[in-house]
Amino acid sequence: MIVEAGHYALILACLLSLVQGTFPLYGALTGRGRLMRLSAPTAYGQFFFASIAFGALMYAFIVSDFSVVNVAKNSHTLKPMLYKVSATWGNHEGSILFWALILALYGAAVAFFGRKLPKTLYVKVLSIQALVGLGFYLFLLLTSNPFERIYPFPMEGNGLNPLLQDPGLAFHPPLLYMGYVGLSVTFSFAVGALIEGRVDAAWARWVRPWTLLAWCFLTAGITLGSWWAYYELGWGGWWFWDPVENASFMPWLVATALLHSAIVVEKRDTLKAWTILLAIIAFSFSLLGTFIVRSGVLTSVHAFATDPERGVFILAFLFVVIGGSLFLFAIRADKLQPGGLFAPISRESMLVINNLLLSVAALVVMFGTLYPLLRDALTGDKITVGAPFFNLAFGFLMIPLLLVMGLGPMASWKRADLSGIVSRLGFVFAASLVAALAFFYIAGGGEMMAAVWLGLGLWLMAATFYEWAERVKLFKANSLKRIIRQPRASVGMSLGHFGLAVAVLGMAGSSYWGSEQQNIMTYGDQTTIGGYTVTFEDTRGITGPNYTAVRGIFDVSKNGEAVTTLEPEARLYMTPPMPTTEAAIYSTIMGDLFVVIGEANNKAYDQWAVRLYYKPLQTWLWGGVAIMVLGGLISLSDRRFRMGTAKKRMN
Amino acid sequence: MTTTRAGKRKKKRLYLVLTSMTILVLAVGLVLTALQDSISLFLDPSDLAASDLPDGQRVRLGGLVVDDSFVKEEDGLTYRFDITDGAETVTVIYKGSLPDLFREGQGVVVEGEINNAGPFVATEVLAKHDENYMPKEVIDSLKERGVFQHTGEEEENI
Repeated sequence: MIVEAGHYALILACLLSLVQGTFPLYGALTGRGRLMRLSAPTAYGQFFFASIAFGALMYAFIVSDFSVVNVAKNSHTLKPMLYKVSATWGNHEGSILFWALILALYGAAVAFFGRKLPKTLYVKVLSIQALVGLGFYLFLLLTSNPFERIYPFPMEGNGLNPLLQDPGLAFHPPLLYMGYVGLSVTFSFAVGALIEGRVDAAWARWVRPWTLLAWCFLTAGITLGSWWAYYELGWGGWWFWDPVENASFMPWLVATALLHSAIVVEKRDTLKAWTILLAIIAFSFSLLGTFIVRSGVLTSVHAFATDPERGVFILAFLFVVIGGSLFLFAIRADKLQPGGLFAPISRESMLVINNLLLSVAALVVMFGTLYPLLRDALTGDKITVGAPFFNLAFGFLMIPLLLVMGLGPMASWKRADLSGIVSRLGFVFAASLVAALAFFYIAGGGEMMAAVWLGLGLWLMAATFYEWAERVKLFKANSLKRIIRQPRASVGMSLGHFGLAVAVLGMAGSSYWGSEQQNIMTYGDQTTIGGYTVTFEDTRGITGPNYTAVRGIFDVSKNGEAVTTLEPEARLYMTPPMPTTEAAIYSTIMGDLFVVIGEANNKAYDQWAVRLYYKPLQTWLWGGVAIMVLGGLISLSDRRFRMGTAKKRMN
Repeated sequence: MTTTRAGKRKKKRLYLVLTSMTILVLAVGLVLTALQDSISLFLDPSDLAASDLPDGQRVRLGGLVVDDSFVKEEDGLTYRFDITDGAETVTVIYKGSLPDLFREGQGVVVEGEINNAGPFVATEVLAKHDENYMPKEVIDSLKERGVFQHTGEEEENI
């Protein structure tokens, strides 16, 4: 009964989105205030019914109602409650319903917080948001109905892929989707502005917080996924350039570019058409990402869904949304008044370079991700583009980006004095170069690129700090007061850049100076890695709620002193039957010690395959990203973005 | 004023176009260089048998792991197994850790360099798909060779 109510609510939400997407828009175009007033109530109603639909599905998962196909396929009575709940969005139908729900949530949020927007823009933004939602509702109802029943129904469900039964992965999709779908707001604002034919500083001030919010979620979501891959898959790696990962990384790159170009629109009233285009592209990449992950067109080593028929619908949807908005852009972009001029050396130019590099990087990632598909279609050759391609092509584009990132904040708007910046930062540059070479020498050499990344990380860190110190006039009178009174957007920028520097150092450390061992170990065996002595003490049999496991006991010591005991597990899940490895990790600020126990090497069960990794500075990567997200959130709380301020300035 | 402003705007646009072109040319160059070493062709055992690729060419080889062919060498870390597509069978040697989902009778994709003289030496074994899901290339290849058995597993398996 509740499931049917959910299905019914989904149909109502679909119809409301149709109303919200058409009548108010028509009203705004023809100046009928009555029709325009439909906008907000339908947005709230749509969100209400989408929540009921999602709630009903979640209820079916919680009570394990196996007469619902989706629950039977993806859940099991023995599963812990957290994973019953997270299974709601851990499958194709549920995740699309979740998409639609978040889309409706953002729509309702815009309807609520945007009440002071110019009326016609408000209505247009909400209508576009609803039309995107309509596509998702139709997709659900026509191809992927999560409420489908079966009869006779099974007594027990299939269970959720054990790899996905992990707290990290329970929260990875919601964060990622909040990010993906957050970009829909920016998209709706962009298309709304195109219809209006007007983009100004006030528009940018409205768009920036939404982009920033989406960016924070996207950053956190991608990193949570990467962190999960790091500790759960037990390969010791954290990024594999897998199509599924690239799918979320491409919108991130464009959203990062958008975040920066929106600043130029806000402060200098220029780069408007470009910013609109970026907003369209960013959301297009979100949709493309969903398409890549959900349609199974790309052969991915961790594609959890495959169904080409749904792909046709998404392809048509992509065509309408991306094609339609780009067409609108083509015919309307020249309506946007060109704004202020700037010299080739200026803050604007630096941001343009940032935008170009990030967009080209997104293109490179897209090329590497889609090239196998293209080649297959054209020649029939089945190929894969490996990580070395991305590391080389993407990595090279990041070198100038990180260099410019240090300079950009020092440059003034309109026209900057390059020689002045160089003379102020020359010392910082030289110092980071020397420090990188010194570290490189102490660490005992390695690849040339290791020194390059180390140097770039240090450069960005030092340059960001220097710029901040200069801004707050550190160590001069009243510097404390100035530190506190910094606009939050500037604090956010400094933290964001600083966080990236920390993350770059972490990436360099763990990628270039990591060590790895694969051993067959007997009880009492010792091995040394990363300065730690690891002793294999024992194994134990463990029974979990829905798995059995072998747990290895490893004593870790350093310089003769006991440090910790690591207990990695090799689990065998019952439903579905599948082995997983649970790595044990000892993290310090200097590096991670990572131990994985494999299978027994002999029938006596006293020799085991053991893998050990030492990943220097690994925590810096996670910490750096956390600082970036923190920066984003602080920037989001800037008073310029608070509701009402924008309105006052507009008048 | 308007003429100089328009002139400035043109000049600005020129700078922009030049910068964009430079970055794009650089990127295309990078992409082409980087592609050369990182593309691997997907082959099944029949393709491999019929191929005239030179030694050292990186490829991915996919098929089913033959039942009872899996042998662990003395050192405990090197594995030897056969991959088949129904028509041809190739012996693969791999040193390293096998992924959780590696099993006899299951689909697998291995990556390594062509070695016309002897067994295929894999540097990587990719079997990270879930228990129902076969690598798409393997399914395509098996269908082509007519040995794919439709178990219904890849659809509704309740």
